[in-house]
Amino acid sequence: MTEAADLRHGAETLAGPLPPLLAEAEHLAATVLLGDHGRRRAGLGDEFWQYRPATSTDEARTIDWRRSARSDAHFVREKEWQAAQSVQIWVDDSASLRFTGDKNRPTKGERARLLALAAAVLLIRGGERVGLYDEALRPARGELQLLRLAEVLSRPDGSADYGAPEARGMLPHSRALFVSDFLGDIAAVETQLTKAADRGVRGALLMVLDPQEEDFPFDGRTIFESMSGTLRHETLKAGELRARYLDRLAERKDRLERLSRVTGWQLSTHHTDAAPLPALLWLYSALERRR
Amino acid sequence: MWMAGSIGFAAPGLLLGLIALPILWLILRAVPPAPIRRRFPGVALLLGLSDDEQQADKTPWWLLLLRMLAVAAAIVGFAGPVLNPDAERSGDGPLLVLVDGTWADARDWPRRVDRLEGLLAEASRAGRPVAMVSLTDLPGGDLPFQAADTWLRSLPSLEPQAWEPDPDRLTAWADSLTGDFETFWMSDGLARDSRSDLLEVLAARGPVTAFESPRPVLALRPAQFEDGEVRLTALRAAPGEALDVPVLAWGLDPLGIERQLATATISFDSGATEAEVALSLPPELRNRVTRFELEGQRSAGAVTLTDDSLKRREVALISGRDDREGLRLLSPVHYLEQALEPTADLIDGTLEDVLLANPDVIILADIARLTALEAEGVQDWAEAGGLLVRFAGPRLAASDVSRDVEDPLMPVRLRAGGRSVGGAMSWGEPKALRPFADTSPFFGLSIPEDVTVTAQVMAQPDPALAERSIATLADGTPLVTRKPLGDGQVVLFHVTANAEWSSLPLSGLFVQMLERLAISTRPAIAEAAELEGTVWQPEDVLDGFGRVREAGQLGGVPGERLAEGLPGADMPPGLYAGEDRRIAVNVIGAETALAPVSWPASVTVEGIAVINETDLKPILLAAALMMLFLDALLSLALAGRLRGPRQGIAAILALALLIPQGAEAQTEDDFAITATSDVVLAHVVTGDPTIDQLAADGLFGLSARLYQRTAIEPSDPMAVDLETDELSFFPFLYWPVTADQPTPSAEAYAKLNRYLRTGGMILFDTRDADLGGFGAATPNGRKLQSLAAALDVPPLEPIPADHVLTRTFYLLQDFPGRHASRDIWVEAAPPDAEQVEGMPFRNLNDNVTPVVIGGNDWAAAWAMDQRGGAMFPVGRGFAGERQRELAYRFGINLIMHVLTGNYKSDQVHVPALLDRLGQ
Repeated sequence: MTEAADLRHGAETLAGPLPPLLAEAEHLAATVLLGDHGRRRAGLGDEFWQYRPATSTDEARTIDWRRSARSDAHFVREKEWQAAQSVQIWVDDSASLRFTGDKNRPTKGERARLLALAAAVLLIRGGERVGLYDEALRPARGELQLLRLAEVLSRPDGSADYGAPEARGMLPHSRALFVSDFLGDIAAVETQLTKAADRGVRGALLMVLDPQEEDFPFDGRTIFESMSGTLRHETLKAGELRARYLDRLAERKDRLERLSRVTGWQLSTHHTDAAPLPALLWLYSALERRR
Repeated sequence: MWMAGSIGFAAPGLLLGLIALPILWLILRAVPPAPIRRRFPGVALLLGLSDDEQQADKTPWWLLLLRMLAVAAAIVGFAGPVLNPDAERSGDGPLLVLVDGTWADARDWPRRVDRLEGLLAEASRAGRPVAMVSLTDLPGGDLPFQAADTWLRSLPSLEPQAWEPDPDRLTAWADSLTGDFETFWMSDGLARDSRSDLLEVLAARGPVTAFESPRPVLALRPAQFEDGEVRLTALRAAPGEALDVPVLAWGLDPLGIERQLATATISFDSGATEAEVALSLPPELRNRVTRFELEGQRSAGAVTLTDDSLKRREVALISGRDDREGLRLLSPVHYLEQALEPTADLIDGTLEDVLLANPDVIILADIARLTALEAEGVQDWAEAGGLLVRFAGPRLAASDVSRDVEDPLMPVRLRAGGRSVGGAMSWGEPKALRPFADTSPFFGLSIPEDVTVTAQVMAQPDPALAERSIATLADGTPLVTRKPLGDGQVVLFHVTANAEWSSLPLSGLFVQMLERLAISTRPAIAEAAELEGTVWQPEDVLDGFGRVREAGQLGGVPGERLAEGLPGADMPPGLYAGEDRRIAVNVIGAETALAPVSWPASVTVEGIAVINETDLKPILLAAALMMLFLDALLSLALAGRLRGPRQGIAAILALALLIPQGAEAQTEDDFAITATSDVVLAHVVTGDPTIDQLAADGLFGLSARLYQRTAIEPSDPMAVDLETDELSFFPFLYWPVTADQPTPSAEAYAKLNRYLRTGGMILFDTRDADLGGFGAATPNGRKLQSLAAALDVPPLEPIPADHVLTRTFYLLQDFPGRHASRDIWVEAAPPDAEQVEGMPFRNLNDNVTPVVIGGNDWAAAWAMDQRGGAMFPVGRGFAGERQRELAYRFGINLIMHVLTGNYKSDQVHVPALLDRLGQ
C-alpha cells in the first residue's frame, strides 16, 4: 500500500502545478452524465453563460424576468453547456518496461506509470471520469477512483516480454491513453487502434524509451537478451549493428506515427532521462485537443 | 649465475619460456574475446539482423604485441636478472684491511666506506677472518682478526682523522706484525716516507692490493699577511689540468652569526701543483675572518684556521691640540705612528668618533683632561676589554689630574710638576732604564745603552705602586705603570711619546715594548723558546672532514708541542688559546708539499669506484604488471565494455591511475583583501561550531548596529584561525572562551603578542556571568587563565567609573550582555593618575586597553539573524530589551574605543584649553 501511496504522492506532486485538465468531449451524445465541464457555448449546465434577447420560439418560463425588468426587451438567461468525458488508460506492464540503462534512472515502467497516474490526477481534478482498460476498473470520478488507480498501477508487473493493449471494455467515443515502449508486436497495437477508431475513440500514444534504446551504445561481441530471457540475439560486432538498429527504431516510430495520423491519435516519445513534466504537458495538450 | 653482457641471471633456465611466446601468439590470435551478456529490450528490433562478416573480431596485432611483451617481461623478470653482478674475489686466509684514515681520505669518505663494505661483505661470504686497521688510530697488540660481519657492524663508526699517521708509531707497529695475511690498503693517495717501509713489511706477509681514488687531493696552506693583502696558497697532489677552486673566508658578522665574508678563486695552471691568490680585505672584515676553506672540499686539509697573526689591531691615536703647525718631528704622535704603521691599523679622529669604532687600543698622547662624557665612554670601553695607553707630557704634568685622588683612567697618582734630570738647569745625569723584572711583560727585552730619560712625571708613593710599575728607571722611579680596569687595562708611560723627554721613542726598544703590550701585532710564528713552559687550551678543533667543533673538555697542550706544529692525536688541529694570544694549528703547514703515491709494480692498484649490482627483477615485474593493466584497459575498450553501463567506473579508475591530483588554489590573498577592504570585526575560532556561529551572529548584529548608529560601517564579520590567519588586519578580536578549546601554538602566541603590542584589542568573554568572581572558579575562567598565561597582558583592574569606555559614544555605567554582571577588567590606570580638582575624570591611560575581560556573553545579546531579529532572549520583557540595548551600546562604545583611542579622554582638557585661550 505504501508503494501505491508513493506512486500517488509522486503523481500528485507532478500534477500539482498544472491547471485542471479539461478534456474535450467530441460527442455530446455519448456522455452519460453532465459534468461540470464548460463547453464555451450555451447549453445544459449549472453555470451562467449569457443573457440573450428572447425570441418568439422561447418558452415563457425560460425568460429571466429579473433581467428583463431592467429594460424594455425580454431576455433569456442561458447556461453554459457542460459535459464530463470518460478517459481510459492502458499502461504497459510487460517485462520490457522493467529496463533501465542506468541505475540512477527510473525504469521505463516506473516513468510510464507515473505519467499515466499524473494524467489521471489532472483529469479527475478536471471532473473527468478515468478508468483502466485491462481491469474491471470502469471510468469513475472522485478521489476514491484515484486511490484505486494508484493501487492497480503499482501492482507487480506482468510476465510477458512485450505488452499489447487490450482494449476490451472500450467505451464508444471516450478518450484513451496508451503508455508503452511499443517495441513488441506492432500488429496488436495496430489492431487496437483500428478498433478504437471504429468506435470513435480518440487518444494519445506515449512511447517511453530509455536513452540506451535510442543510442545503442554497444560494441564488441555481445549477446543481447530480452528482459525475461526468451529472446536472444548474438553479434560479434555490436557496433556494426548500430546503424541498422537505429533504422529499425526509426521505422517503428514512423509506423506508429502513420498509424496515429490515420486514426486521429496523438503520438509522442518520452525518454526516461528527461524530466517528466514536459511529457505531462504534452499529454495535457493531446487530451485537451478538440476537433 | 649465467652472464649475458653486464647482466647476470639467477635462474637462466626460466628464459627457455621465451620460446613459448610464438605459440602463445597463435593461440591468442585464434581466440575471440568472450561475449558480454546484456539485457536489452531493443533486442526485438535486432532479431534477424546478421553480422556483415562471420569472422571473429580479431585481437589487433598491437594488443597482441603488448601482451607478448608483458609475458616476456614477466619471464625475464622471474629469471632473476642482475645488472653488474659483483664479480667474486678469489682468495682465502686472513685479510688485513688497512685504511690511511687521514684528512685526505675525507674527500670521498662515503665512497670509501661503500668500497670497504663491499670488501667486508665479500670476505664475509668467503668466511675469511678480517682485521681492519686505521693507520691514524693504530690498535695495540696483535692484529685484531675477527669475523668480517663484526667489522661490517663497526664500519659506520670509522672516521677519518684530521692528522697524518705518526711515522714512529707506524714503524713500531709494522715491526710487531706476525703471520701471513693478504692486505687491502685503502690509500689516501698522498706520498709519505713511512708508507714505503710499511709496504715492504706487508709485501713480505702476503699479496698487497691498493685502492686509490681518482679524485684530486686539494689542500690550503695557512693564510699569510703581506703588504696589506692576505695571500692564500692552494696545493694539489698530482699535477693535472687547469682547475679553478673557489676559496671562502668564513667569520662572524657583527651579530655574531657565522657567515661567508669573502670569496676568491684560486686557479691552478695546467701541470702546476701550487696556486696562489691574494685577497685584499678591509681591516674590519679581515679581523673577523676565522678560517679559509676551499669550497666543495670536505677535508681538514682544505681548511685553514686563522689566528692573531692575521688580525691587525686597531689603534686610535689621540693627541692634544697642536698649537704649532708643521713641526712633524715634534708631533706627540709621530714616533707612535712610525712604530705602529706597519703592524696595526691606525684610526684618527675625535675621541667620541673613535669610541664608536671600538678600537683595540686607544693611545692618548699628553692629554690631561677628558670631559665627563668622554671619560665615561672611555672607561666603559676599557672595562669591556680595551687597552688605554697614555703618554705623559707638559700638559699632564701641569694639570692636577690624579693628584689627590686616583683617576680611574690613570694607573697611579701623580706628583705635581714632574721632574727634569740631566738638563741644563738641573743636577745629575739623564737616567737609564733598569733591567725589566721577571713579572714585567717586557721581561727579556734587551735595553740599548743609549736610551735615556731626561724628564718624567712622578708617581706618588703608594702601596700599590711597586706592583703597578712594569718598567722603572735606574733610580727606581716608575717609567711605565699599569693597572687593570675591568676586562681591560690602563698603561701610562711617564714620558712623552716624542723625543722631547727621552730617547726611548727613537730606539728599537720602543717598538718591542709596544709589541709586548699587544698594541702592535706580533709575528705569526711563535718561537719555541717563547712558548716553552706554557700551556695552551684548545678552543676550536677541526675534525677530518674540516668541520670546526668546539674543543669542549680536551686537555691543554704544552707550548713545546705546539712549537713543533705538526698536528697529531695529542694535538688535533684547531685554535689554541694561551694567556694573551691565540695560535692556530693547521693540518697543512706553510712548507707542506703534497705528492702522489707511486706504488711499486708488485702492488695491484684498483680504482675505488664501485658499480653497485642492480636487481632488475622488480623493475621488469613492475613493467609486466603495468603492461597487463594497460592490456586490460585496452581489451575492455575493444570489447565495448568501457561503454554502456559502468563505463564511468572504468574511466574514473583509469583517470585516477594516470592523473596526479591537482593542488588547491591559494586563498590567502582573498582573505587579506576581504579583511582590509573595510573595517571588519573578527572573532577567534574556538573549534566549537555552535560557539563560533554564535560569535559570528553576535558580531553581525553589532556590525549592523554600528552601521545604523555611527560613522563606522563595518562589513560582515570574519572568523580568524589563530594558527593560520594574519591578525594585523583586524582592529578588534572577540574571543569567546570555551573550556575545551585548544591552546594556541607558540607561533600563534607570538602572533597574538605582536597583535596586542601593536594596538589590537581582544575582548575575552568567558560567557559564564563571572559566577565565581574573577578567577578560576568556573571551567571557562580556568581556561581563560591558561590561555592568557602566555599573552603579553598588562596589569588589569576592574573597570573604573571614569574609564574612557564609559563615554566613547554612549554614557554608560553598566556593561551587560546576556548576563548583567558588573565585573569587567581592563588595563590598570597608571598608579600616578590623580583626579584634578574640577575635572570629572582622571587623565587616564594614554592608549587603548589591549584586553577587555568579562563574562557577560555579549555575543548572545548582540546576535542578530539576517532579517535583523534578535536570536536569543535577554532578560524578561521591557527590562530585557533595555538590557539588550545596553549590550549594543557597550559594543558600540568598545569599537569606538578601539578605533578612536583616548580621544574622549582628551575632551577632559577642553575647559582648561578654552580657559588658556582666554575665551
